[in-house]
Amino acid sequence: MADNEKLKVSIDGIQVEVAPGTTILNAARQIGGDIVPPAMCYYSKLQGSGGKCRTCLVKVSKGSEKDPRPMPKLVASCRTTVMDGMEVQNITSNEVLEARKGVVEMLLINHPLDCPICDQAGECHLQDLGFEHGAAATRYEFERRTFERIDIGDKIQLHMTRCILCYRCVFVADQLTDKRVHGVLGRGDAAEISTYIEKAIDNNFSGNVIDVCPVGALTDKTFRFKNRVWFTKPVDAHRDCPDCAGKVTLWYKGEEVLRVTARKDQYGEVEAFICNTCRFDKKQTSDWVIEGPRKVAHTSVISANHYETLKPLPVVKENPKLQEANKYQFERSVRL
Amino acid sequence: MARKLLLEHVHIPGINTFEVYRQKGGYRAAEKALRTLSPEDVVEEVKKSGLRGRGGAGFPTGMKWSFLAKPEGVPRYLVCNADESEPGTFKDRYLMTHIPHALIEGMIVASYALGANTSYIYVRGEMMPQIRILERAIEEAKAAGFLGTNILGSGYNLELYVQPGGGAYICGEETALLESLEGKRGNPRIKPPFPAVAGLYNCPTVVNNVESIAATVPVLNIGGEEYAKIGIERSTGTKLISASGNINKPGVYEIELGLPVEEFIYSDEYCGGITKGKRLKAVVAGGSSVPILPANLILKTAKGDNRLMTYESLADGGFASGTMLGSGGFIVFDEDQCIVRNTWNFARFYHHESCGQCSPCREGTGWMEKVLHRLEHGHGKMSDIDLLVDVSKKIEGNTICPLGDAAAWPVASAIRHFRDEFEWHVTHGEEAQIRNFGLAHYADPLTVES
Repeated sequence: MADNEKLKVSIDGIQVEVAPGTTILNAARQIGGDIVPPAMCYYSKLQGSGGKCRTCLVKVSKGSEKDPRPMPKLVASCRTTVMDGMEVQNITSNEVLEARKGVVEMLLINHPLDCPICDQAGECHLQDLGFEHGAAATRYEFERRTFERIDIGDKIQLHMTRCILCYRCVFVADQLTDKRVHGVLGRGDAAEISTYIEKAIDNNFSGNVIDVCPVGALTDKTFRFKNRVWFTKPVDAHRDCPDCAGKVTLWYKGEEVLRVTARKDQYGEVEAFICNTCRFDKKQTSDWVIEGPRKVAHTSVISANHYETLKPLPVVKENPKLQEANKYQFERSVRL
Repeated sequence: MARKLLLEHVHIPGINTFEVYRQKGGYRAAEKALRTLSPEDVVEEVKKSGLRGRGGAGFPTGMKWSFLAKPEGVPRYLVCNADESEPGTFKDRYLMTHIPHALIEGMIVASYALGANTSYIYVRGEMMPQIRILERAIEEAKAAGFLGTNILGSGYNLELYVQPGGGAYICGEETALLESLEGKRGNPRIKPPFPAVAGLYNCPTVVNNVESIAATVPVLNIGGEEYAKIGIERSTGTKLISASGNINKPGVYEIELGLPVEEFIYSDEYCGGITKGKRLKAVVAGGSSVPILPANLILKTAKGDNRLMTYESLADGGFASGTMLGSGGFIVFDEDQCIVRNTWNFARFYHHESCGQCSPCREGTGWMEKVLHRLEHGHGKMSDIDLLVDVSKKIEGNTICPLGDAAAWPVASAIRHFRDEFEWHVTHGEEAQIRNFGLAHYADPLTVES
């Protein structure tokens, strides 16, 4: 097959042409919208990730043009490559939705659901997943699994109780840092992400484990309990960094930079990994060249409190009674 | 007396040594293969024999061999899966303990057929005595010129290594086994690619069960066509069955496939009937992973035919009324056994052995175990029974490796066939602590007379 040849694949009846070797998930992302399966463990920047969380399961109702037999089981779309003529069902298949609901339930039964005191709340993939695909109540009536909190170095805290074992941080430690000290101990539901005997990861790129973590298991100790993400304002900025690309998002509260993260795309994946110096040590506006406000999807809770775009209707401007009624909104938009 | 191919000489003293094994006609198959046959001929012979994988899935061995990718300049590997840890299965351990040379000879034949110059026997870590036995057997075979360089002047080289396993049930899953063999954490790989394309060290690899490899020796000795005459239809040859539970004569038996289940349980040649003259309640026919069947369904299929010890007959009726031959771990329960307790025991095993990679299995096995624990100890609710069915359905088929299915099937099948016993555990919580539910209507009264 020639390199430039494209494969035709249909996902929920929508046709798309993709390069050979593309996974079903990435083909769906090329289409975009509701038919993109959720992914908790797959991370396009990390080699070998995916296949574990099972939230991206889809049904292949036609294997390919050559071999039209359907695949016998649901497949992980993040690790299954497309074939020419493949037909995939995601949200049009009840079987898939049912299985996904089951996976979400499984992911949540041992999750502490301590969102009110979790720093990840508001940008947590598990929250989104539970909101979109989960049930309103749990059927689990047993004690949840808990672990002691562990400090991985002086800047990162591991709260294993919240972990969903996506292995993303393990891949980061394996592929970005030079010493392989971070991995999985134990087995089954007693498995835990850890460094051996709480050894610190003293690598300049170790902070990226925080960004790739889909839940609040790995958190930034310089930001812990400082603020809720939806009260902060994300602003894109860059600096000339000798170690990394230096392209980051600054999270402001008033004049203060509360934290620095890499820039994340709509699937929560970072655009470029950043170094620990940028992440933990450069928290002055003067360290950075500001590019402008970070675009946050309007569905995200982070954009909920941002009233700078408040554009009162003309009728409000003309009518003093309505102006009086909206006084508080006007004042707040000025304050912010 | 049924024909024995693997265990024919098992009672001869000293059969575990090279000399006695050789005297009794051992290494004839290796000689025949290396001196007179091409590797393709050996594969063809195994294909003709209809030999199917003895580890559980029952995939035709010859076909598996012919799928092996053979790119130029890339080494190929044969790995023997001796990580036998399925509850109720102990046939490989028996074979390796008593006739280690049968496995060594099979490894030579199979490696030659596949063109592998380095082969591994991955033995469960707990089987240290068997590891020593195999290492001694390898030394002996090497001294006799059946291993090493230029074996029997054929120009074929083979090095055989024994690797102690990592101490986990999951390492018996072929891709987890390969990971473990490479020195990594024993997590199953996501397929594709299959081991036949990218297995050990990313090279084409065949992983076979101990019994499948050992069975290639009689296949070559008597010829594939002759071997295929034993058994029924697509279930050819002989099979080792590990019989355990409430039977008079537990142990490893070599049967010709096609033996009626009833004969296997009640005849004196095999299990010798149920202990203390009790009545049969249920059977797990192929190791803990396969669905459990009540007495009436294990002796006769839903259609009323006699159930036979074959891949097809045991699977007759699908999951609604059938089971699987699996690895041949035949566990018999008499009327005094509690199905809820047994199901909880299996669930506890799978909870303990789940690798923790994919979420449905990691969380679901633990959940099922906890609910079953509650049911068994008299604190269950009626809704728990449907909950278990639902959780098992959410695990089944949604995981990377078959451990999820293996954990879901025993629970789902126990509830399917013994639902009233589960319900009785809920309604008679305290009584269930004192006595067992008993036989109920599961046993076929006809079989009691015989």
